[in-house]
Amino acid sequence: MKFTNKPARAVLLAAGLAAAVGVTAGIAQAAETVVMALPNFLTGAGAPAFGVPSRNGAEIIIEAINKGTLPAPYDKSGKGLAGRQIEAIFYDESGGSTKQVTEFRNKVQKQGVDLFVGYISSGTCAAITPVAEELKMLTIFPICGTPRIFEEIDPNPKYVFRTMGNATADGVAEAKYVQANLPNISGYTGINQNYAWGQDSWRDFDLAMKQLLPSVPVSDKTQWPKIFSGQYGTEISALLLSKEPLVHSSLWGGDLEAFIFQGSARGLFRKKKLLFSVADTSVYRLGKKFPSGVILGARGPYGIFAAKVDTPLNNWFRKLYSDRYSTPPVGGSYQAAQGVLAAKFAYDKAAAMNGGKFPSTDQVIAALEGATYQSIAAKVHMNRSKGHQAATVHMIGVINWDKEAGEHVLSNVTVFQPDCVMAPAGVKGTDWLKGGMKGAKC
Amino acid sequence: MQELIVILVDGLVFSSYLFMVAVGLTVIFGVMKILNVTHGSFYAFGAYLSATLIGIYYATDLPEFGGFVAIFAAALIIGIVLGVILERCLLRFLYSRDEHIIVLATFAMFLVLEDVLIMIWGTDPYFAYQPVGVLGAVDIVDMTFDVYSLTLIGLSGFVGLGLWLGLTRTKWGKLLLAVIFDRELSQAMGINVTRVFLATFVIGAIMGALGGAYLAPTISVSPGIGVEVIVLAFAVVVIGGMGSIPGALIGSLLVGLSRAVAVHKLPEVELFVIYAIMALVLTFRPEGLFAPPQARKI
Repeated sequence: MKFTNKPARAVLLAAGLAAAVGVTAGIAQAAETVVMALPNFLTGAGAPAFGVPSRNGAEIIIEAINKGTLPAPYDKSGKGLAGRQIEAIFYDESGGSTKQVTEFRNKVQKQGVDLFVGYISSGTCAAITPVAEELKMLTIFPICGTPRIFEEIDPNPKYVFRTMGNATADGVAEAKYVQANLPNISGYTGINQNYAWGQDSWRDFDLAMKQLLPSVPVSDKTQWPKIFSGQYGTEISALLLSKEPLVHSSLWGGDLEAFIFQGSARGLFRKKKLLFSVADTSVYRLGKKFPSGVILGARGPYGIFAAKVDTPLNNWFRKLYSDRYSTPPVGGSYQAAQGVLAAKFAYDKAAAMNGGKFPSTDQVIAALEGATYQSIAAKVHMNRSKGHQAATVHMIGVINWDKEAGEHVLSNVTVFQPDCVMAPAGVKGTDWLKGGMKGAKC
Repeated sequence: MQELIVILVDGLVFSSYLFMVAVGLTVIFGVMKILNVTHGSFYAFGAYLSATLIGIYYATDLPEFGGFVAIFAAALIIGIVLGVILERCLLRFLYSRDEHIIVLATFAMFLVLEDVLIMIWGTDPYFAYQPVGVLGAVDIVDMTFDVYSLTLIGLSGFVGLGLWLGLTRTKWGKLLLAVIFDRELSQAMGINVTRVFLATFVIGAIMGALGGAYLAPTISVSPGIGVEVIVLAFAVVVIGGMGSIPGALIGSLLVGLSRAVAVHKLPEVELFVIYAIMALVLTFRPEGLFAPPQARKI
């Protein structure tokens, strides 16, 4: 295209100058902010249960950090991360690992992201871990659960952190709960999705059960439905026909809700004892349709398990979240907020150690490695996998619908200390389980 | 004996589900030679509208059986509205293009419609469990089944029979068969192929939407439900033979019953069974079980 018209040239020149000024201003502004990328499932089947609640939880915390309105113990820590405002980029985790790795590189190399706080799928976390290390990018996984991240993929992490317990802790806590509350159970079976999360969840629960209740038989027909299959009629028949009274399940989201609808219609929850490892995501959504009497977990002190935690930070978070989104926060909301708080804690601590100056990434990493910080409903101890893997308390209980109160109530809740359910530092989870969970402090 | 009967019932229920989601796809392919990926969208939109209408209906004091009207109304509305829009605004411009282009276009529309769905209904799931409760449960060989799922067997049988009768015993069906056998010759004989295409696409869309609308009370209606369905529907249609209604029926039965046996006897291979059958069939009959051999035009 050829421009010969002088006014047009002038307009182009002006536009070019304006663009240049804009870019310069953008760069100047970027230097005053911390660009935080937060990938979560915003579309697809993972969005309702985890993705959107996670984004909402993170959003509330980020706003409060930027305004400097976080309650105690962060009420005196000032605005932003080490004084700089967070520039949040929320984006979709859907599309598979290959797409996410490409997006990760784009965000780092083209959008100048300073750190990532996100990823829900264990598969995505596994794919991102080596890339984060390669690109030297501070990355905090707040939710994904597979132990393989630090046990196999990245045993010597520098840039990657996980701020909640892994699937091993879930399995051990569940098995210990069964040992304490159903010691005479005559057998157990399971229904778990046929992918990394479901397989890891069942493996660790089964290994822990074999150690804690070795005489209790396990079914040889545990069910492995495809993730997002949505139709469980045949599996429910198989579970009803099985002689084992206890059913372990790590189903979540739409799969869990479909299973509950289809199982309730056929009396499954009256005839079998269900143990749901991560069903808190559906408790508020299903309301009284959520089956009473099931054993429930939330992968830690999150969601409904945090409802009675009476601290300024938790009270503030629950009220603000409930008011804004018309539903109480679930596990993902807490876990994502916990990941953002890790960044707040680490940047502020690193700045304090740096004489009040804004810290480098290495200084932030050093501040977070091995640290203990206060999250919304519990303390987070970064004391596994060379200070990069968190350990928190774990909670399991029985859920029932209180007709008079019109809400769910938890009973017989057991709180497991981190050193009771997590493998000691430097020990692989499966080795620890097979070796009889030596060193567990319960 | 009890297990055998339970496997049979489970297999029939799952086969019916497969047939409901696959039959619309195969009807459209049979007539229009279009591999319609937006079929998953018809299913999802049908489920969402059904859940919405059921929710509205049961918020009133009207008789509880009336909720079933909402299910069929949702299927008709979605099938007609989406079917007409897609056929008139997109597909009719592509009929002269290569089949691969049309597949890509329907895939693109599927992605667009996934986002449209979120724009309309958001990411929160919808629950429409009331119709399941209305029909209650029944014991068969000491095993409790919900009656609603069992009605799926009857519905799919009714749909299959209706389509078969429509194709073989009506004037419209004969016109359709003529178009299936030779599009150009039918046009030359005065058949309004454009209208046949539109009618076929809308019927296929209604079938897809009916699958979603009818299953909505048994699932969590949430984003992404159309993805899984389209994969299963393709597998069934490929096994039965692209474009063959009896093929879709036999393919559904084959997959549904085999899967039920696997879940009860060897659950680890459940996922493998469907695709193993597909691979086996394609090895010996690449065109599927019931697709007629294609005559080559010279």
